[in-house]
Amino acid sequence: MTGARADAGAPALLVRGLSVGFGSKPGRDPLVDDVSLEVAPGECLAIVGESGSGKSLTARSLLGLAGTGSWLHADELSVGGTSVLGLSENAWRRRRGRDVGLVLQDALVSLDPLRPIGREIGDTLRLHTNLSAAARARRVLELLAEVGLPDGELRAGQRSGELSGGQRQRALIASAIALRPPLLIADEPTTALDVTVQARILDLFEALLHAGTALVLISHDLAVVSRIADRVAVMSGGRIVETGTTRALLDDPRHDETRRMIAAVPAGQPRGARLSAQDRPNRPAPGVVPGAVPAAVPAVADRVVLEASGLVKSFRMPDRSRLFAVNDVSFTLDRGTTLGIVGESGSGKTTLARLLLALESPDAGEVRVLGETWTGITERARRPMRPALGAVYQDALASFDPRLTVGAVLRDAAGSADRSVELLDRVGLGAAVLGRRPLELSGGQRQRVGIARALAKRPQVLICDEPVSALDMTVQAQVLDLLDELQRDLGLSLVFISHDLGVVQHVSDRIVVIENGSVVETGPTEQVFAAPAHPYTRRLLDAVPRLPAP
Amino acid sequence: MSDLEIQAGLAGAAARRQTGRGLGTRFGTRFGGRVGLTEVLAAGFVLFLLLAAFAPGLVAPGDPLAIDPRAAFQPPSSAHSFGTDESGRDVYTRVSHGTGGSLQIGVAATLIGLGLGAVLGIIAGMLGSIVDFTVNRLLEVMFAFPGLLLALLFIMVFGPGPATATLAVGLATAPGYARIIRAQLVSVRSSAFVEAATVLGRSRTRILVRHILPNTLAPLLVLGTLGIGQAIIWAAALSYLGLGAKPPAAEWGAMLSAGRTYLNTAVWMSFFPGLFVVLTAISATVLGRAIERRLRHA
Repeated sequence: MTGARADAGAPALLVRGLSVGFGSKPGRDPLVDDVSLEVAPGECLAIVGESGSGKSLTARSLLGLAGTGSWLHADELSVGGTSVLGLSENAWRRRRGRDVGLVLQDALVSLDPLRPIGREIGDTLRLHTNLSAAARARRVLELLAEVGLPDGELRAGQRSGELSGGQRQRALIASAIALRPPLLIADEPTTALDVTVQARILDLFEALLHAGTALVLISHDLAVVSRIADRVAVMSGGRIVETGTTRALLDDPRHDETRRMIAAVPAGQPRGARLSAQDRPNRPAPGVVPGAVPAAVPAVADRVVLEASGLVKSFRMPDRSRLFAVNDVSFTLDRGTTLGIVGESGSGKTTLARLLLALESPDAGEVRVLGETWTGITERARRPMRPALGAVYQDALASFDPRLTVGAVLRDAAGSADRSVELLDRVGLGAAVLGRRPLELSGGQRQRVGIARALAKRPQVLICDEPVSALDMTVQAQVLDLLDELQRDLGLSLVFISHDLGVVQHVSDRIVVIENGSVVETGPTEQVFAAPAHPYTRRLLDAVPRLPAP
Repeated sequence: MSDLEIQAGLAGAAARRQTGRGLGTRFGTRFGGRVGLTEVLAAGFVLFLLLAAFAPGLVAPGDPLAIDPRAAFQPPSSAHSFGTDESGRDVYTRVSHGTGGSLQIGVAATLIGLGLGAVLGIIAGMLGSIVDFTVNRLLEVMFAFPGLLLALLFIMVFGPGPATATLAVGLATAPGYARIIRAQLVSVRSSAFVEAATVLGRSRTRILVRHILPNTLAPLLVLGTLGIGQAIIWAAALSYLGLGAKPPAAEWGAMLSAGRTYLNTAVWMSFFPGLFVVLTAISATVLGRAIERRLRHA
């Protein structure tokens, strides 16, 4: 298939001594520093690293897309045996899509929202081949079928906004492989997707690998790539710090960064086991007892801190039908324990969180907090009870007033400056961040500030809505460890809402699985994971990215 | 009327506070960075205007009303850099001395427009349902008239003059500001940080004062700066039509109007006042955009 373009036996990609940076002085302050890679046809190389490690810039440089104002130096950079060093923009344009394809994380912004996806995919064919319009249309349908989008004729006429996240990603992959490029570069291709959808996209990549396509897969999640990668390169600070076959790298990690990434994968780690290295040396480590129950079991009457019974919430749709976002959901949360609520996007998780926080009122059913009525009363009546319930949000940045500094945010919540410092210390941040704005902090720091604010009123229950899904794996590990530590120290009860079954398994004592607004399964975590009763739970479980057993 | 003034004052205070902070932290650190040539030129011109407005004697020592019939209709020369008018008055002196009046009208009209817009927008956004509906329909009716027509209507009822012209321009610009402020308020009110404050048990009043109003009013500085340029053009237009300041007052619109008769023979009489109107509007817009960009990046 690639014979005309590539020498037999030539690597699909060969990079030696690649350095990339921005600024007027080439060679100064590189963001990608002396990177060497080699990928054979049909092989999958994964580049993993945290945000800012240089992995995306490396990927973009392979397509001549490093960006304006960038400089690039390499001893060798060749695709399919042909050097692509110093190509003009026009020459690159002819090669992109034909010799090397690109799949990006966010298909919503990568596809033109105003054009049907059939046209988007067909464009690649129109620009690079002499196929007739009818032949192109046929080819588009074939491609859509190949990436697992049935009803091709219908799909080809739809715009990207009418498709689900997984369908959009498939459409994007279809356009990337339209010309059968021998090399495909995928930058975080599944990060925005649900686990079940992610699993199917990875299957699709696997099929492409079998067909002989070489794949460079960029991700921050070692567990995801370990499923299909033959070899892994770990990047940190612009350099490749360790590289090897997936198996060898997982079994015998040499570099600290690699060990950190392996330890950060939550799936299969027992409850209470630390996921991050001891990142706060001045604080004594809490006793690590896998599977330990954090607090002594209190008297039965005092046991239930949060109770939801028969919650229903529906919204009117444009066509006047009603969508039941939450449909007859009941559960109880025991003191000092964590209840995990799992479901995929659109399952009603966020609506449920809003009902628990009384930001919406339920159509039917009720919520009780510490035995007191919580729903169906006025906000004024609820306000004195608000301190009992804290909230941690997915998008920490949006939850802070953009005009306020961290100090002002915490003072607002806690009432005094002294308490703000105490809270920051509690979440492992120094008083130095008090004067900063949340925008100036890293994602992990922001979430720590969010947790500090949630703790300000000394709540008994924390509602955490996707608290770590916007974070890198290693940062996620630190935040999960922090929540665990706080739970032990303060006797908190947690409702932990997430789409990530691996995370939920790690943090929860009990699990509620919801699908389309209804509870499909509930029970103790070990039981649900050991013997899932509902097919949906099984499907979710199978799709969880986890490291292969040693 | 007094409500208007209070609101105008409020908006002004918000704008001042915003500038103060901006100057202290951001502009200080960024000044050495990327400041475009147009921005420097615009800032320079505005500085000149401010000087002319507050101390016209410094930039143009003569008397703007001094008549010298022997020197009538002189083209621009070293003695009269902008030429002279039909009574031999120096056009440069008059343009400089007219700055204060023109800027005053522009700024006052913008403050009135912003203030009124803020009141309407906040009422509509906060009270919701029926009030929101009523205010919105009212705004739509006002939008149906071109702004200048609305101003003319107001002057027809209350009579011409600089004060009514200012009020008229203010009123005519208010619906636009009201729309923007209402939209801003609605988006801030449903934002995640307002919900977070609710979850923390904050009262409605406290959330309104602490979070919603400051975040709604923050963009007013930019809106105001952009609006001043427009207001000056409109005020000059009204004076040109003889509905604002009257000749021989040294006001740009009035000077334009007076020079109209001599457009064929003494084009400088209208060219230079017109140039100042245009440059002022451009400078205000350039600066407004620059502030907007910096606030967005910060």
